[in-house]
Amino acid sequence: MAMQNCRMVYGETLVELGRQNERIVALDADLSKSTMTRLFEHEFPERFFEMGIGEQNMISTAVGLALSGKIAFANSFAVFAAGRPYDQIRVSVCIGKVNVKIIGSSCGISDFGDGATHQGIEDIAIMRAIPNMTVLIPADGIETRKIVRAAVEYEGPVYIRINRNEMPDVVPEDHEFKIGKPYVIRQGKDITVFAHGYMVFKALKAAEKLEKEGISLRVVNVSTMKPIDEKAIEELASGVKGIVTVEEHSIVGGLASVVAFILRGRAIPIEAIAIKDCFGQSALDYEQLLEHYGLTETAIIKSVRKILK
Amino acid sequence: MSISDEKVAELEKIAKKLRYDIVMMIGAGKPGHLGGSCSIAEIIAVLYFHKMRHDPKNPKWPDRDRLLLSKGHAALTQYAALAECGYFPKEKLSTLKELGTILQGHPEMLRVPGIEANTGSLGQGLSISCGIALAGKVDKKDYHVYCVVGDGEIAEGQIWEASMAAAYYKLDNLTAILDKNEVQATGPIVERYDTNPHPEKWKAFGWHVIEIDGHDMSQVVGALDKAGEVKGKPVMIVANTVKGKGVPFAEGKADFHHGIMTEEQYQTARKLFED
Repeated sequence: MAMQNCRMVYGETLVELGRQNERIVALDADLSKSTMTRLFEHEFPERFFEMGIGEQNMISTAVGLALSGKIAFANSFAVFAAGRPYDQIRVSVCIGKVNVKIIGSSCGISDFGDGATHQGIEDIAIMRAIPNMTVLIPADGIETRKIVRAAVEYEGPVYIRINRNEMPDVVPEDHEFKIGKPYVIRQGKDITVFAHGYMVFKALKAAEKLEKEGISLRVVNVSTMKPIDEKAIEELASGVKGIVTVEEHSIVGGLASVVAFILRGRAIPIEAIAIKDCFGQSALDYEQLLEHYGLTETAIIKSVRKILK
Repeated sequence: MSISDEKVAELEKIAKKLRYDIVMMIGAGKPGHLGGSCSIAEIIAVLYFHKMRHDPKNPKWPDRDRLLLSKGHAALTQYAALAECGYFPKEKLSTLKELGTILQGHPEMLRVPGIEANTGSLGQGLSISCGIALAGKVDKKDYHVYCVVGDGEIAEGQIWEASMAAAYYKLDNLTAILDKNEVQATGPIVERYDTNPHPEKWKAFGWHVIEIDGHDMSQVVGALDKAGEVKGKPVMIVANTVKGKGVPFAEGKADFHHGIMTEEQYQTARKLFED
């Protein structure tokens, strides 16, 4: 599988779309070297706005640009993009359904070195809670391209969560991405694994291993966390013996909450793999940190076995 | 550009009408933002009925001048002016805050023609105005953006983020008006949380500052005219005003930031502004 860095792909895609659509503008709060909007800045200096280290002003300024016909991409790390300007996103972006795209980069614990302050583990919960918001999470570089394009075509507020590190391609190049549609990455009949982001890859690895034991996993990419297609989730959860959810996010208000709510009242076992309502911490290696918080293929396999026991 | 006595009289009549509508919208026995609405009546009258280039029949006209009330709780004045201009039928004014009305307690752009953005969670309107002004620069448009902020509101840190951005991007198509009515919800600003000194702060942040009496029509007009001539800097008009201006029992009173008029007070206020 080819490896790609989603934030690099994001930066390149924004430039590519910027060439086709001069309404696109970008704002950053002194993290353009990490979010990769510096690529956009180099290509379109007149359409890039450095907003200093002030995320609240950045979001509301993006609103003003969008109200004047621009498609405004406001960029920061997920913690700062979704957390610091929460009320600005709520009031000035979402009540008026303003065409602002918020990029939460270095999401989850993917900024492994910087510790709890920089690790956005509750951004999906916060963004999902706001009416009129759309929440998208690419599983790889291929889907990042599709999602950024879809966000430009969609008129209204969008939050996109982008991983910091190299990730293997998992999404078929010819899959047509549609906002709101969860889709099967690998067909299977015993257990449905709902995942998003890098965890889709972990689920696929688990599926490969379990296949050798005759256990088949249906791996579903829930790359749209809002709006949630409840009917599709119900269908994808049908005909199997149990459900596993996997997310690089707090167990509060993310994929586990959503799936459990949709499947409420059904007699089906559900196992949730997530960060257990605690903050992250520094580590020298991303995989080591994922392992520490139990976000691994081993954990998925264990959950599957628990259900099938 | 000086302004004729006739025009001053006409604008004063409009400000009086705006205050009448504010009082009528609030009514007796219900809370309403009387104080902060009355303090900006002259400023709003000059902007909508003299200074701004706008078209009530085409609220989204791309070349229009824009007005944002960052202190969104004073929306009553803007609602009254928009209705007077013909953005929506005047009968709507009596529906303030009723379930399903277009006239929410704080202004909403998707409900009211002429409202540019959702404001009222304080501190955000100046940043939104900066964004509109930036877009004007990018698109080489000659519209001007006006933004009214409160002297209580500027305790919000975001105001100062915006003030630095406006100066950095040399937004001379942006004029902010500080409604310096000196009273916040819980008392006089100097006693509660003193945001002074205002002109010095804005100058230090890179703005061109003009100080005026915010209830003197010729001064309001003069300052706005002068603001349009400043190049390379955003302009802050520090408008010295009186909270509740024109309503004697409410003037300077924190209780009428969001107060309730008795039936007697309501009748008194109404008669003051009747033609």
